[in-house]
This record gives sequence, structure tokens and C-alpha cells, in this order.
Amino acid sequence: MLARLAKPAGAIALAIALIALVLLALGASPAGVFIALWQGAFGNWIAFTDSLVKATPLVFTGLAISVAFSAALWNIGADGQLVIGAIAAGAVGPFLGGWPRPLALTIVLIAGAIGGAWWSAICGWLRARRDTNEVISTIMLNFVAVQILSWTVHGPLMEASHAYPQSMRIAPSAEMYMFMPPTRLNLGMILALVLAIAMYLLLFRGEVGFQLRAMGINRRAANFFRIPIASLTIWTMALSGALAGIGGAVQVSAINHRLYEKISPGWGFEAIAVALVARLNPLGIVVAAIFFGALDNGSQAMQRAEGVSPVLVQVIQAVVILILLAFDTSAWGNIREVFSRAPVAATSIEGADA
Amino acid sequence: MLEAFLISTIAMATPILLAALGELLVEESGIINVGIEGAMLAGAFFALSGVYFTGSIAVGLTCGIAAATAINAMLGVLLINLAVNQVVAGTALNIFAAGITGVFYRKFFGITGKAFIVSPLHALAIGPLARIPFFGPMLFDQSPLVYLAFLLVPVFAWLIRRTRYGLRVRAAGERPEAADALGLGVYALRWQALIVSGVLSGLAGAFLTLAYANTFVENISAGRGFVALAVVILGQRNSWGLAAASLLFGAAMALQFGLQALGTAVPYQLFLALPYALTLIVLAFFGGQARDPSALGIPYIRN
Repeated sequence: MLARLAKPAGAIALAIALIALVLLALGASPAGVFIALWQGAFGNWIAFTDSLVKATPLVFTGLAISVAFSAALWNIGADGQLVIGAIAAGAVGPFLGGWPRPLALTIVLIAGAIGGAWWSAICGWLRARRDTNEVISTIMLNFVAVQILSWTVHGPLMEASHAYPQSMRIAPSAEMYMFMPPTRLNLGMILALVLAIAMYLLLFRGEVGFQLRAMGINRRAANFFRIPIASLTIWTMALSGALAGIGGAVQVSAINHRLYEKISPGWGFEAIAVALVARLNPLGIVVAAIFFGALDNGSQAMQRAEGVSPVLVQVIQAVVILILLAFDTSAWGNIREVFSRAPVAATSIEGADA
Repeated sequence: MLEAFLISTIAMATPILLAALGELLVEESGIINVGIEGAMLAGAFFALSGVYFTGSIAVGLTCGIAAATAINAMLGVLLINLAVNQVVAGTALNIFAAGITGVFYRKFFGITGKAFIVSPLHALAIGPLARIPFFGPMLFDQSPLVYLAFLLVPVFAWLIRRTRYGLRVRAAGERPEAADALGLGVYALRWQALIVSGVLSGLAGAFLTLAYANTFVENISAGRGFVALAVVILGQRNSWGLAAASLLFGAAMALQFGLQALGTAVPYQLFLALPYALTLIVLAFFGGQARDPSALGIPYIRN
């Protein structure tokens, strides 16, 4: 267990060194920035719980990435899937007044799941039936999703006063159960944990998970062993999108209570960093999401204290991904040994925990 | 109205075409470069910064090219020498470019943005040709980068399909083991393709800030690099096809300005989404007849 953590830990240390260089180039004090980040993320009880709040959408999107990448389906569209899930939740939410709360909440979450699932399944279907590269299709649908969100908050779902580009508030019965106010801890976080465990069991304890990972390691061989590649592709993408969509619904139900433009600061992309740090392991994703959620949360304090833009967090995410990739490649062996084994066609990441 | 639309179409097609030609060469060598969006974005920001701080278009273009090439060089180390997953590395570099340009943009110009405006890369009228009615302004009174992009179409067609060098690049993308066994140097060929693509992505980015917007906004590339990826497939991996596909998306982007100007009752978001939706629909239902290079996207480790 410790050995498996050594590499990510080393990668994070190297990432910190590189970030420090970027900060020096910006004329900021690396120590000051890291202290401000830490204070902002864990400095007090509210800061700590807010880090967990910011980690929650990353757990959902991280699981979405994990499921898809495990099957070697490169879903870069978790952001759009989360947005469509949020729109679905924000669209049904205002009309659930008077419904029993457990039922209303369930409807909101299912709406989010269905929203994200079909949006993602489009790309799964195109990959399975039209051989359309899912990288391009998922990216294109991100852009379309953002415009749909913009249209809904300016158009059909716009609040009654028409003063702001935001949707009607969801009914109180559709709001998530909150714990320990004034913190924003909520039932959505428990749901994230439950789904993480469920995805772990699905991927590593079930027949479907085995087939899914087999397809990820070698699509052609999986086909040879009569794994139904086409339908598995569509359903894996749908599941991936559903997870991201639930993330969007939880965000609307627990935190925002309505829709507005830019509801996601890029969680679907940050999730790629989360999933890679966790080596696609659903349980590891919870830990990695807390790390990145804390980073997001601390970045606000960093800006106040050191005047460095929170956009820096994106640089940090990218550096972490790049370093992990560089650390985790199977090519090192070949670089060290001149006489090495046969080339490894599949990448190392999806086979990491196989 | 039609004339303005067509002039705009050619201008909007230019950055996509520049990026797509580079991507074509890269893909023929066996690499899929998802990071092209980030290279274009870095090119856009640093080209404008170069002009802003020195007042020289030449310095700006050099900065833009250098920044985009630097992104591609990082990708080269990861994809070629370390043989990592190409989609994930490319996505990471896109995030990196968005972050770096965002951080430096806010550092230089504050969050509200002081006037980050430069005098543009002026259109270059080609003598009397520019005075031809209707076609003159469209074809012969455009930015020099427009001429460059369209002149590169036959050059790339010839380079990839008609030269020994093009044959070597395609061998690297089809059968890297065999190409290496023949001593063609797959790593070197792929590196060269990525550098060429870096230069062209830098010019594509520079076009956005220096010839089109005259300023920078975060994520100004707005998915054009991804559209370029789609254009390579739609254009059937043929330079002339790439030019045609680029013009199609140029038209979709030009249309949104025209229709917004008309002030129609249709929500403007529909037009903003149009280029991306069109990309997906055309790709899914009209693309894909040209066969991908056999080794495209597969990390290659030399034995």
C-alpha cells in the first residue's frame, strides 16, 4: 500500500517544485502562496468543511472519468455532462413544491443522472455505431452544453423578475439535506461516498467491470472473447455521464439552488487530474478529490493574500497530470534497458490497478 | 452583406486551416495531438504580449511561435520519448496553456483588464487584384497569414503525398517498427512533425489576437484547435479537403456574427453553438471514409 502511494507522493513533490518556479516567474513568494493555500483550505473549521464541499463535484466527475478511462473511452466531456445534469435538476426543481422531500430529492437526482447519461451516451453511440472519435465528440458537446445553459437561464427557465441571467429557485422540498450549519456539509457528500464504493465494486468485483476493463486494455481482444463491445461502449459512456450529471444535480440541490451561467469552473477537466492521481481507483478518487477541492478552496485565500490569480490552480492541475504521466509510463524501462521486452501497445494508466 | 460574410468566412477559416495542416502532418506521423488547442491559445497570448511590450509585429509573431512550439516540445517529450497516453497528455497541456495564459494575463493586465490592445497586423492588398469587384477584397485584401495558410495547402499536398520525406512520415504513422528497422528514425520524424505543427499553431493563435481580435480574452481560441482535429478527419487527410472543411467551419463561425447583427428572434446561443454542433454532426455522418494511419494514437516504444 505504501509503495503504491510513493509514486503519487513523489509526483506531487516535483509538482510543488515546478509550481514554485512559476510563482517566482510571477514575482510571488512560493512560501507565502503555499501558506495562504493551506490556511484557505484547512485554516479553520469552515474552511475545512468548504474544502470538502468543493471536493464533492470532483468526486462525481472523477468517478465519471474513472469509469470511462478504465474502458479506454476518453471522455473529455464530463464538464458538459455535469452542466446538462444541472440543467435537468434546475428545470424540475422549481416544480416540486409540496412534494415529500425524499421523493422530490430523488426526482432531482434522477433528472441529473438522466440528463448527463443521455448527453454522454450520444458520444458512446457515435463511437460504437459511427466510429466517431469520442475525444472530439465529447469536447464539442461541452461547448454546446454551455450554450444550452446560457439559453435556459436567459430564456425558458429565467427567474420571474428577469433581472438576472439565472433560473427560478428550486422548491424547498428539492433542496438537499444540510448538516451542521453554518457549514455547507450535506447529504450529497454521503451520496458521493456511496457511489465511489459502488463504482469500486462494479469495476473490480463484478463481471461487467471485468469486461469493461478488458475492453480498456485491448478492445480487439475483448471483442474476440465475445465481450459486447458496442453496447458496453454506449452503456459505459452513459454511466460516466450519469455520474457527472448527478454531480451537477447535487450542486444545484445543495449549493446553488438555481442555475446560472458558468455553473462549473471546469470540474470535468479537473476531474482528469483527480482520476489520474487516484490511478482511476474509485476509492482513491475520494482522497484525490479532497486534495484538489482543498486547492480550489485555498486558491481564493491565495489571491487575497498574495495577489496570485486562482487560475494558477489550473497550472497546478496540469503539472500534476503531466508529472504523473511521466512517472507512470512504461517507457522508463525501455529507456533504461537497451534490450527490452516487446512494445507495450496500451498505455499504463488503465492497467494500473488491473 | 454576402461580401462581408465571405470575407469573414475566409478570415475565420484561416486559424483553423493553419492548425489543421500542422495536425495533418502530425497525424500522418502517428500522433494525435489533442493539445493543439493549448498550443494555439499560448500562441495567441504570447504573440499579443510580444507586440504589446515591443510594438513589433515580428517580435510578436516570434513569441507566439515560440510559445506554441514550447507546448508542442513538452508534448514531444511526453508522447515520443516517454510514450504516454496521447489524449491525456494533450488534455493536460490544454489545461496548462489555459492556466499559464490566464495567470500571466491577469498579472500583466489585472482582472478588469487595462487596455490590452495593439495595432493589428494589417491586411495586405495585392496591387490591382484587390480592386477586382466582389472577389478582390475577399481574396486579395486579407491578412498576410490568410495568404500563407492557403498557399500552404498545395505545399502540404505535395510534401505529404509527393516527396520522399512525406513517404517517411507516413511510414512512421503506418508501421513505426518497420520504419525504424529501415533506419528512417521514427522519433526524429515525429519530433519534426510536432515542431512544424507548433509553428503553425502559433501562427494560428497569433492570427486570432493580432489579425482578428486585436486583444486577448481568456480562452480566446474557443475550441478552434479541437475543430482543427475534426477538420483533419473531415478533410479526408488531404490538404485540399482540409481547406474545404476549414471554409465550412469558417462559414459557420462567420454566420453567427451575421445573424446576430440581423437581430433575429432566434436565441443567439444557437449560433454560438452552431460551429461545434456542426462539427459533430458532419464528423459523425459525413466523415470517416479516409482510413486513419494504422499507428495513430498508439504510443510507440522503440526496441
